[in-house]
Amino acid sequence: MKNKVLMAILAVVIAGLIAVPWIASYFYVFIFTEILVLGLFAASFNLIFGYTGMLSFGHAAFFGIGSYATALVLIHLQWSFLACLLVSMGASALLALVIGFLSVRLNEVYFAMLTLAFGMMVFAIAYQWRSLTNGSDGLAGFTLGSFGLGLDLTLGNPLVYYHVVLGIVVIASIVLYLICRSSFGMILKAIRQNPERVSFAGLNVRTYRLVAFIIAGTFAGLAGGLMAPFLRVASPELLHWSMSAEPILMAILGGTGYFLGPFIGSAAFVLLETWITTYTESWMLVLGIILAMMVIFFRKGLLGTAIDWWMEVKK
Amino acid sequence: MSNPVLTITSLTKRFGGVTAVSDINLEVMPRETIAIIGPNGAGKTTFYNMVSGRMLPTEGKIMLDGKDITGLPPHKISRLGVSRSFQLNNIFPEMTVQENVEVVLSAYHGHSRKLFNIASRNTGIQQEAVEFLERLGIDSLKEQRAEVISYGDKRLLEIAMVLATQPKLVLLDEPTAGMTPDETRRTTRLIKKLADSGDYTFMITEHDMDVVFNLADRILVMHRGEKLFAGTPEEVKNHPEVRVAYLGEEDDEAVEEANP
Repeated sequence: MKNKVLMAILAVVIAGLIAVPWIASYFYVFIFTEILVLGLFAASFNLIFGYTGMLSFGHAAFFGIGSYATALVLIHLQWSFLACLLVSMGASALLALVIGFLSVRLNEVYFAMLTLAFGMMVFAIAYQWRSLTNGSDGLAGFTLGSFGLGLDLTLGNPLVYYHVVLGIVVIASIVLYLICRSSFGMILKAIRQNPERVSFAGLNVRTYRLVAFIIAGTFAGLAGGLMAPFLRVASPELLHWSMSAEPILMAILGGTGYFLGPFIGSAAFVLLETWITTYTESWMLVLGIILAMMVIFFRKGLLGTAIDWWMEVKK
Repeated sequence: MSNPVLTITSLTKRFGGVTAVSDINLEVMPRETIAIIGPNGAGKTTFYNMVSGRMLPTEGKIMLDGKDITGLPPHKISRLGVSRSFQLNNIFPEMTVQENVEVVLSAYHGHSRKLFNIASRNTGIQQEAVEFLERLGIDSLKEQRAEVISYGDKRLLEIAMVLATQPKLVLLDEPTAGMTPDETRRTTRLIKKLADSGDYTFMITEHDMDVVFNLADRILVMHRGEKLFAGTPEEVKNHPEVRVAYLGEEDDEAVEEANP
């Protein structure tokens, strides 16, 4: 019963998302593309934060590497878009393996600081390696060719690109969701609640944390690969530590305890930013107030609070 | 004559200048229940921490079934067959009671490496989890969130989790600490039943002497990190040094309580 209601709501939401280009203005097609890409970015982050209990301050490194990888492949090799995305995922998985290997042995604040430090290093490299990355200007001037798989799609058209992003984000989210529901996902939740008990049950907690970190990095790289063609530039801002804060804010805003929380957080974040900046310059002040309220009064985030409220009403 | 499950040779742990455990030798035979007693600070928990891999011994050797496990990390020692409980509850508070056991079982059976199964439809593991809960008499609580069950039930849940790894040696660290007298009696009966089933080898630390004398086949008495005496419960009860060093302290307390 509960599942059926949930599936029905989800189906309506996805149908609504598919219909966006026909029912909303051009402007909102852009807004929703951004919501979907950042939602996937935040959901990948929540695998390590909400599920495994690791607060990383360096998640933008993987998002940014994904953007740069797609941009570089488009500029130098002109491969199909799907191939670009696979390169993005591979590059960010490799980077996550290296950063994760060095970071997951530490806990809590030390882990957070180390991931922040690595994130800053990646930013510095992208900023200064001008011959490869074009420094502070970033990589621009690339055009999307074919999609791959023999599909004939005009990716340069933002409306088409929106549907491609929607399809890829939905598929990636299903894969992430299945991982969360698996035995492996159950162990991740157990690690968040009590890592010591897990190691005394015979598992190497460090290995599990590392695998979760790599999976999260890979999906962040995929999101980054979707972002570069959307922005038509891969710039160092995508790697900046302030970019690492966005999935944290989105996950908390939406609710870390639910798989779809980060997507709700992403939608709230992007829409509020759009609406508030039309009235006032001080968007950050408003965001700060909202976040403080969430953390003080609505610990479970927008989605968690809504679900609790609905349960109350049903009684 | 079968071989010992656990052979400990001159095990020692020093923290700086303080010797917490000093030159302990011990053999644990299959299917026996051995109790380790001693006043607070006698080194029992440090001893456990070394056997279960939580602490590195300064000196000495720990052999499990003839295999050297000295200084291995906890997850490897657990895989080799030593499972332990803790003095403080060590469970997964936000999961249901049944899921707590499922986590341990999926670790034990290697399901934990599966990325694309659906954990909540793993009926084999679920049935097995319920069986372990039944053995501890807490299967009626299986749907409850672990954080809301009573303190005593949490301790029993932890024992169920410890047994779920099918250990060769079970270490219980003060299994009845903090329990009500009723819960203590129930837990003692349960451990007694499990020990009598012949499936397990137990090592137990305990403060409650009734529990110890009820359960133990052999008792190791520790005092200030050293072995004071080892023998059957009868021998321990009648040993003059033990009475002075350990049982005697309780008499002193009783005297103080009587004459405040």
